[in-house]
Formats: sequence, structure tokens, C-alpha cells
Amino acid sequence: MVDDPQPTTGIVVSEWFSSRIGGILVPIAATVLAFLIGGLVVAITGHNPVTAYKAIFAGTGLNWFFPWVTGETREAAANDLQQTLILMAPLILTALAVAFAFRCGLFNIGGQGQYWVGFSAALFVGAHLEGMSRPLHIFLALAASIVAGAIWGGIAGLLKATVGAHEVITTIMLNWIAIFGGTYLYEIGGPLQGPQESIPRSDQIFESAELWPIWGSLPSLHAGLFIALFALVVYAVILNRTTLGFEVRAVGFNPEAARYSGISVAKNYFLAMAIAGAFAGLAGSVDLLGFKFSVDVGDYGTNFIAFTGIAVALLGRTKPVGILFAALLFAALEVGTSTRQLDPEVFEPALAVDLATMIQALVIFFVGAELLIVYIWRARTLVRRGSAAQPEAAP
Amino acid sequence: MANAPLLELSGITKRFPGVVANDHVDFDLIQGEVHALLGENGAGKSTLMSILYGLYHPDEGEIRLNGAPLRIDSPHVAIDNGIGMVHQHFMLIPVMSVAENIVLGVEPHRGPFLDLDAAEERVRDLSKQFGLAVRPEARIDSISVGMQQRVEILKALYRGAEILILDEPTAVLTPQEAEELFAIVRSLQAEGKSIIFISHKLNEVLQIADRITTLRFGKQVGTVPRAGATQESLARMMVGREVVLRVEKPPAQPGEVLLSAEDLVVVDERGLEACRGVSLEVRAGEIVGIAGVDGNGQSELIDALTGLRQPASGRIVVGGKDVTNASARNVLDNGIGHIPEDRQRRGLVLDFSLAENLALHDYRTPPESRFGWLFPRRLVERARRLLKEFDVRGGGPQTPAAALSGGNQQKLVVAREVSRDPRVLVAAQPTRGLDVGAIEFVHRRLVTERDEGRAIMLVSFELEEILSLSDRILVVYEGRIVGEYPPDVSEEDLGFAMTGGVKDEAA
Repeated sequence: MVDDPQPTTGIVVSEWFSSRIGGILVPIAATVLAFLIGGLVVAITGHNPVTAYKAIFAGTGLNWFFPWVTGETREAAANDLQQTLILMAPLILTALAVAFAFRCGLFNIGGQGQYWVGFSAALFVGAHLEGMSRPLHIFLALAASIVAGAIWGGIAGLLKATVGAHEVITTIMLNWIAIFGGTYLYEIGGPLQGPQESIPRSDQIFESAELWPIWGSLPSLHAGLFIALFALVVYAVILNRTTLGFEVRAVGFNPEAARYSGISVAKNYFLAMAIAGAFAGLAGSVDLLGFKFSVDVGDYGTNFIAFTGIAVALLGRTKPVGILFAALLFAALEVGTSTRQLDPEVFEPALAVDLATMIQALVIFFVGAELLIVYIWRARTLVRRGSAAQPEAAP
Repeated sequence: MANAPLLELSGITKRFPGVVANDHVDFDLIQGEVHALLGENGAGKSTLMSILYGLYHPDEGEIRLNGAPLRIDSPHVAIDNGIGMVHQHFMLIPVMSVAENIVLGVEPHRGPFLDLDAAEERVRDLSKQFGLAVRPEARIDSISVGMQQRVEILKALYRGAEILILDEPTAVLTPQEAEELFAIVRSLQAEGKSIIFISHKLNEVLQIADRITTLRFGKQVGTVPRAGATQESLARMMVGREVVLRVEKPPAQPGEVLLSAEDLVVVDERGLEACRGVSLEVRAGEIVGIAGVDGNGQSELIDALTGLRQPASGRIVVGGKDVTNASARNVLDNGIGHIPEDRQRRGLVLDFSLAENLALHDYRTPPESRFGWLFPRRLVERARRLLKEFDVRGGGPQTPAAALSGGNQQKLVVAREVSRDPRVLVAAQPTRGLDVGAIEFVHRRLVTERDEGRAIMLVSFELEEILSLSDRILVVYEGRIVGEYPPDVSEEDLGFAMTGGVKDEAA
């Protein structure tokens, strides 16, 4: 048959390059750039960016890994590292909730709502069922959160699959339903308010539902991190090693071709959103059973973990390893800039929190900017050709 | 010398990373001639013309205009020297009028104001001079693609083009529009313009060109006058070996009816009846061609037969089994293979690897998977076998489908559909946009599958393809089958039926 002219190999090589090397380089470059600009802002506010970043780094506890850090610093580092790792677990899980839907071509903004319904379901099991062995109790609570999250995500998937309602809109609405629903349940006079009548707080879960502590005590790092790591593996296996994942990816890349080969696009929209919701629901129970143990109504206004999860998924490019490192970065950043960790002599804690938010935003901006750069590049080529057809010179 | 070339390109070489797109190519153009540049996709035709138009700079070689060396750094230089180009994809602003588009950038003005009357006047003059029949005040988005192409030609003429480069101009046109374009090219020629006509279609090159230069893999194979050139000789130059243009096939031996539709009524997206009672039968071992102008219900008919669209009424039977309201998956499982109209949008998941694309149906069944558990290595093994059998080139099982050329992408689709051993094969426009070698492959394969006893339904807008492949031809017009013809019917009769001729006769 026809010999293919050589050009294809050139394209293959460059595509391979951009998908393999570029896939790692862009997020790293985005992160470095974000930190550089963050440093610039620190300098503008009259502080030394190097000492500020040093202090933030010390606050993350990552210096624990340096063998030369000893004595009291090492103990403090251990404490900080525990907090970073505690935060990492729900970040991984909420990121997976975004990533899984994303692979099916859907944008799941509803992680926060799915997180809260998972949280509430686990809270119900943890605080109202009694007299079970610890493994069983934990298992039931986790399972309840998975089911609840799956239902919450599945509603958005079902609406998309049946009437075509856009998942971004419906998941945002479902977020608010979850938040207001939770507020109603646990507020003063609410049906599930805890024992103290003057405090808008839920019951405390029984000790038998608490996840096993692993390291430290302030609070301690709990088994939730392993659940999150296991979920990462499950995510990769579903996508790459099951027929379900095959269908989800086919629909995500090209729903039209999937339909033509007999795959039900609607079914996959529903399943992808339900599975995404399950991951976010699990994040809720991991937080609850790991260190929160109850919920204060005020938490609904301050907890935006699933939105950070969106950033983690994007920075990690929906790849398991990418999500792992992106979650570590964002968790460390959050812990390192928290008021408790940072020395106010070096950098005002209030500013530090803003700095963390800013760096997160910049990272996402630059990751997104890659698309922008590609777009501008194409537009440039077009304009070049377009202007060719429209010269200034008169005939 | 009377015939001193107006334009000469000599020793043009252009390298891209890993590729030599043009390798010491010589090309010249004589005043008033139509010189065709022939070659398969990727042979370097567009690169050469982009160099002439100033979009690329050659690594080696020289361009001479009227005997004087000329350095073309940008399209502006090209246009200043009377070289105009009509791209495959038009550069027009849809919401502006024809005249506004043509004068854009070189507007005639009275003081600071645009003199639209003068512009329209000039456009009207030019249009009349070359027989273009363009209305200057019409809005671009209200005129046909063929008209838009004429606007592009006018744009070049307005800027004083003496040399006109037409890049695959017929690719976007209907056969009727293509004929009109040829008339325009002849009138341009009669007015003394010189034309470079880029194409990979043999018949139109023979119809329009005075001389033909063929490129293959970036090298110039030769330049020949039209007199004495045949489709066979040109195809040999283009592909580098003998090509069988006529499809060789033994007479059909039709067996039992494998696909039948009875009184099929199918409604399109707008709620209109696209198929108004179609009945047809396709037997084992025959190719039934569905001829018709685009938009006469072919797409909806295919959608209904393959389970992608529920018919409003009627009955579909595949291999004796009623599949009228079955899902796409069900229909596919019942022995229909489908080569869809648009391989990039519907036939392939471009971001998937070749192995994954080949498994797009069979991922659900052993040995590819068991109990929902996928075995990627088995996909790869199977792909390796199929890629070899169907001679898909340009990548291995793990290569993304997007990296393949159009011809190889289509081979991939054919490989997938045929390897499932379907009893019925529905092929929609299976050779659209392919070059000669790939067309030959697809055609031969369809005949082979026919001889294996499959029932094949071929839908195509190319009369030549219908005529050379089909054992029976059904003509579809306005959602009805208006006639059945043997394969030796004349192109005129068929064309007449396709435009509703038979219906008028009957009325």
C-alpha cells in the first residue's frame, strides 16, 4: 500500500515529547513561576522573600526528612509534618472526584457537597450506631459516606444523562443543598444537634468509629492517608484496567465515536459522576473519623477543601502520581502558612494565608495558561496567514 | 523565446525537523498556462506553494520572476509581485459583504471615508470580466461555499494577481460547483492569467491542466504535458508503482437477504422526515451502492440501520432478526459492521492508542476482558496482528490514532469493523479525502469482504466510486429510493435520477 511519507514520525516524536516530558514540565514550571511571583509580592510588601519562604517551608514539616534536623526542631517538624499529611488525605480524595469525572469529559464542581453528604452519612453511622467492633464500625461509616457521595454525584450525572442539564450548574446547586441541609441538621434546635443545647454542633462519634492513629498526637496522623493512597490505586486501576474505565475514557475523549461503537454515553455520564461523588464522600468520612469527630455548623462556611481539590486535580493533570505530589504541595502550603506554624517576626500570619491562596491561584492560572499559550500560538499562525491574504499594498 | 517561463523555481529544498518536505524541486510556469501540481497528501505540494507565497523560506534554491531573482520574504512581497493564493480554508469574514471582504486592507476611500460604491463597482467589473457571477453586496454567510471560493479568487485578482495558486480548490465543492470552477479557470486563462492548480485527483488534473508536475515524498518525479498523459500514467508517477484504478471484481453471487429495511421512516434533528418510507434489501455477497446528492436522507438511513437513531416507523431486519428498535450496541452485536462517514469524529477516538481503537467494540468480551476486567496486553497483541494484516503504517499499538495519516486512520477503522466478522457491512463515504493508494486498498478490501459472503451497503456521493464498486445501485432522492440501476448505467442517467429526474418523468 501507500508508503507513509516521513512527516508522521516527526509529529509522533514531538507529540510523545509534549505528552510525556511536557506533561511533567508544565506543572513544575507553573509551580516555580507561581512561587517566584509570590516572592515578588512578598518583596513588595517590604519583607524578605527568601526568609519568608524558609519560614513557610519550616512550617510544613517537610524538613523532618532532612537527617541533619535534630532535637527540638525535629520534634516540631514531626508535628508539622503530621498536619500536612492529615490534610493530604482529603485533598487526594477530592482531587480524584474531579479527576475521574474529568476523564469522562465532565467538570465536577460538586466535590464540596459530595464531601459534606459523605461526612454527614459517616457521622450518622459513627454517632448513632453503637456496640460494634472497631473495624466493622469504621467500615460501615466509610461505606455510608461512599454511598452518600455517590448518590449526590449521581444525581448530577443522572440529570446530565437524561435531560442534558449541565453538570457545572447542577453540582454547584447540589453543593448549596448539602451545605444548607447540614446547617439545618446540626444548628441550635436542629433535628441532629448534639447534646449541648447552646452550641450548634453535632454529636461526637463513638470511639469505636475513630480511624486508627498512626503517628503523633496533635492531632495525630490517622489511617485516612492510607485510605487515600489506596483510592489513588483504585482510581488508576478502574481507569486503565477495567472495561468501565475504558468506556469512561472513550466517552471523555470523543463521545460521538463512543456512541458510534455502541457505548452508552448517558450511562457513563451517570457512573462517572457517581464514582466521582464516592471519592469526595470518602474524603468527608476520612476527615470526620480521622480527626474532626463532629461538625460545628460554622465549619460549613470555612471548609473549602474540595475546591482546593479541583486545583490539585488540575495541577496533577488527573494522573495518579501527579495528584499525589500536587496534594502534598497544596497541603504543605496550607499548613506552612497557617497561623500556628509561622513565626510572626518573619511574616505576618494574616499575610501568609493570603500568600498561600495567591500561590494556589497562580499555579492554576499557569497550568491553564498552557492551553492559552497553545491557543495564542495557533491564532498567531492564523493571523500570519490571514494578513497574507489581506495586504496593505493597493493593486 | 516566446515561451520563456514567467516564473521559475529551481532546486527548492525545505527541511523540517526529521523530514525533507521539498528536495531540490524544480517548477516553472509559462504565461497563460494552467500548471497542475499533483501528489498524494504529504508529498510536499503545499510546502512548495507556501514557499512561493512567502509563508516559508526555502533552505536552498532560487525563485525567478520574469528571469530576475526574487526573494519572497512574506506574502506581501508575493502579492506585490502579482502572486495570489486561494487557500483550502477560506479567510473571509462571514458577517461582511462580498465587496467589503474583497477590499479589506486595501479599501478605496473618499477622504477618510470608505467608498463602498467604488468598491462594489470594481468588484462587479472584475466579476463580469472573468465570468464569476458574484453579487458584491451579498453577505458571505448567505452564499454557498462555491461562491465563497470565487470571492477568494476575486480578492487575489483585486490585488493585481497575475499568477494564481489554487490549493486543492475542488476539495470543498460539489461536482456541479467543480465544473463551474473549471469554466472560471479557463476564462482566467483566456484573460492571460497563469494558474497553479494543486490537486491529488487525477481526473480533474487531466481535465484542466496544460502541464502536470508530480511530487512524491518531496521529490519531483517529473513534468509532463497533458497530451499523452493518462490516469494510469499519472497514478504511477504519484504512487511510484502500478495502481489498479478500475476495481477488478468477479461477478457477484448474491445469496440470502442479510439486511432489509421495510417502509422506513426516519425523522431528523429538526423533526422533519428525512427518510420517507425507504425499502431496500442487501444480499450476502453483493455490494449495493446508495447514490444520491448529500442531504437526501442518507445519514438518517445509516443512523437508523445502525441503531443510532430510532426510526419513526418501518422495520429493519438483520440476518433474519428484527432489530428495528435495538440499541446501537445490540445492532452491532447482531452482525452489522459500520464504517462511519467521518473517521476522525465518529470512527476513532483520536486520543486513544491504535490498540484501544481497534478494541472499541471487543473490549467487552474475552479474551480482551473478563468480568469487566480489561487485559491491556491482549489488546496490544491483537492490535499488532491486525495492524500487520491491514497494513496500517505510521505507528505501533501504543501510538495515538491522531498521529496517523488519513489513509491509515481509515485502514484502522476498516480493520476494526471487518475483524469482528460482521454479516453486514455499512460503509459511508469510505474513501473521502483519501489518496489514490489508500482508496485502492479500501476498494479492494470491500470487494474481498463481498466475496467472503458479507452483505455490503455502500453510501457515497462520488459517482465514480458507486459505479465501480456496486453490483446494484439504488438512487435516493428526498428521502425515497427513486430507482434501481445495474452497475453499467451511464453517469448521465444516474446523475439525472439523483436530481429527481425520474420523479419528474413519472409525474
